[in-house]
Amino acid sequence: MKFRTHQLANGLQIVAECNEHAYSTAVAFFVNTGSRDESADVAGVSHFLEHMVFKGTPRRSAADVNRELDELGSHSNAYTTEEQTVYYATVLPEYQDQVVDLLADIMRPSLREDDFDSEKKVIIEEIYKYDDQPPFGAAEKCMEAYFGRHALGNNVLGTVDSVGKMTPAGMRDYFQARYSPGNMSLVACGNVDFEALIAAAERHCGSWTRFDTHRDTTRATPVLGSERIERIVATQEYAVQISAGPEATDPIRFAVRLLSYVLGDEGGSRLYWALVDPGLAEYAGSSAHEFDGDGIMMTYLCCSPVDAMANLAIIRDIQQDLDRNGVTEEELELAKSKVCSQLVRRSERPSNRLFSVGANWLSRQEFRSVKDSIEAYQAVTCEDVRTVLERFPLSSTMTVSVGPPPVT
Amino acid sequence: MPWLESAAFAILIPVGAAHDPEGRQGLGNFVGDMVQRGSGARESRQFVESLERLGVDRSSSVSLTHSSYSAATLASNLFPALSLYADLVRRPLFPGDQLEESRLVCCQEIRAAEDDLVQRTLEKVRQLQYPAPWGRPAYGEWDHVQSITLDDVQTHFADTYGPDEAIISVAGKLEWEALRDHVESLFGDWKPQTRLLVQETSTSEDHVHVPHESNQTHIAVAYPSVPYRNEDYYQARASVGVLSDGMSSRLFTEVREKQGLCYTIYASLNTLRDQGCVLCYSATSTDRAQQTLDTTLAELVRLREGIQESELDRLKARIKSSLIMQQESSASRAVSMAIDWYHLEAIRSLEEVSTKVNALTAESISEFLRRCPPGDFKVASLGAQPLEVSV
Repeated sequence: MKFRTHQLANGLQIVAECNEHAYSTAVAFFVNTGSRDESADVAGVSHFLEHMVFKGTPRRSAADVNRELDELGSHSNAYTTEEQTVYYATVLPEYQDQVVDLLADIMRPSLREDDFDSEKKVIIEEIYKYDDQPPFGAAEKCMEAYFGRHALGNNVLGTVDSVGKMTPAGMRDYFQARYSPGNMSLVACGNVDFEALIAAAERHCGSWTRFDTHRDTTRATPVLGSERIERIVATQEYAVQISAGPEATDPIRFAVRLLSYVLGDEGGSRLYWALVDPGLAEYAGSSAHEFDGDGIMMTYLCCSPVDAMANLAIIRDIQQDLDRNGVTEEELELAKSKVCSQLVRRSERPSNRLFSVGANWLSRQEFRSVKDSIEAYQAVTCEDVRTVLERFPLSSTMTVSVGPPPVT
Repeated sequence: MPWLESAAFAILIPVGAAHDPEGRQGLGNFVGDMVQRGSGARESRQFVESLERLGVDRSSSVSLTHSSYSAATLASNLFPALSLYADLVRRPLFPGDQLEESRLVCCQEIRAAEDDLVQRTLEKVRQLQYPAPWGRPAYGEWDHVQSITLDDVQTHFADTYGPDEAIISVAGKLEWEALRDHVESLFGDWKPQTRLLVQETSTSEDHVHVPHESNQTHIAVAYPSVPYRNEDYYQARASVGVLSDGMSSRLFTEVREKQGLCYTIYASLNTLRDQGCVLCYSATSTDRAQQTLDTTLAELVRLREGIQESELDRLKARIKSSLIMQQESSASRAVSMAIDWYHLEAIRSLEEVSTKVNALTAESISEFLRRCPPGDFKVASLGAQPLEVSV
């Protein structure tokens, strides 16, 4: 396993974890942009642009892009978050050059008007889809409420209204402000020919012009409290809570990850034993998320609406107990064995490993092997978790729940 | 798979929702929860923590035909994990004081399923396509679940959990002889249970609509095809691939890319042991649902005319890379081997599958489609307005 990096003159960074024994090669462009980089008038543009990237270039029509991805036998897709847009494909090693050619080409999309109009309808259907399905937007609503006016509260999909009003010109302006080669990384994992990767990047991306990009990374002032949203057609109650957490570069993030396992791992945790095992909730769990300059702990609950208040009180007791007393040695050891076993197993697929390597590089400009990460987790002590809880108490939350109107 | 650090297994007990007794729909699922509440010398929580200490990722499910328990861990922990699961499927404690908790878990599942519009729609179309009980949901009926007793749970377990037709599939970094001996020591003296029979009853309905105040109308279409064990399976599978595998497939191109009618659309080949069908699913705004259904059905009908060589070439490239990438995960290999064994009483090696796929030609698939043309469509919809079925 070898880690390699290279930078083109225009600022594009190339990073790879090369394993000559791997069966496949996973390649991605990570763009350091997402909904937090949008102004209100183009809410949802990062995600809409992610779709438009597959709609062709001066060299390729939309149908060509889809056809070629299939001809390479690739497993490919893309996703957009609050601060990253990622385009990825996994192929057999013999197709490395072709897949880099294709992915690099679509990073400079034509953004044709007729494709734009047709894809707009698809995006609006995607918004409706998520609005119709559990947890009925509860997580996004909670992000919005917790972050207040801070851009991390921006919804990745935007709204039917904001997407409906979007224009190709607005999207082009956003592209021109964000897709600088200096704001992007080409990441590869698995059976990678690194010299060939550099050569391909030079060939297809070398002519891209660099420009300055800017992101506001001021930490948000959290808004705490609670809200309830009624949905006539919902059967269950869906609640999401957010409390503060460390930013992506903070070394205590390893302790936070372990804490999130102790609190809310779905296979066995404080929330599991208090709520899921006794059948009080269909689901209860938690997860930690780190961003550029900020971070959160999210807790989720799905249960019968009549039990929601009582269940939220149980969660509050668990949070307060952890805030006061921390975690036990035994809980911490169990969390470590789960996290480390998962790390090893998930890393067996280059297509999974790609996202860890890429996210690490984007947020911290560092490389961590699986072994480095395991060591970092193993080194965490109960005292470290206590420090986390002092700085970021779990019981200071914003709660948003979505459920049916009360039965009268 | 000596190149991996992990090992995984799946244990399939041949009892599922299709075997639930009259008036007790959901019993198999209930038993599936109760067996996980302690077994052998360990109470519920001790059992789970023993698995966690071994770094085991576990999952369980009850399907129509099986109760499945699967686990993945580091290769060095494989044997102790298997020992724990031998307790689970052979020596559950069935603590009476957790019966009500288990019932609540089952009720949560039923309530949560109400909110899952995709599954509800697919369930409806399966009920139109397959004779009962093959369209039944595993979680059962609310009223039935309310009346299940501890005695029901114990009796159903005693009658149905046993080695006859049970499957243990293991993949990953392991040594066969040592594994065989370990499994022999854990399961060798397990007494066979009686075989279960399933009574089928047919339905004659073609279409159904479920009124629901959602933004989107959910549409599911089914038509008869062949099961996994049929010699035409790969012809059928490839014809569905032309419809739905990859971004250049017909449904994605015609319905989503060209007309922007939906975000989600797909088709898949669904297989029971002795019958199979193609299931298509899509969802779109109410005012565009009719057009989406019409376009989808038109594509299914067009498939009768056969497929192009270029479509098959792309499909083969995708299948080839999928097969190779299967070797990267012990968990996915363990499950696919278990499924093979259930359907074929044999495991198809990746080479065998590869040979069968390479032997496909556009003509062989077109010929299959002439013999088994897509038709006799069943349509289920869920949304604000019912749809017209024009084929």
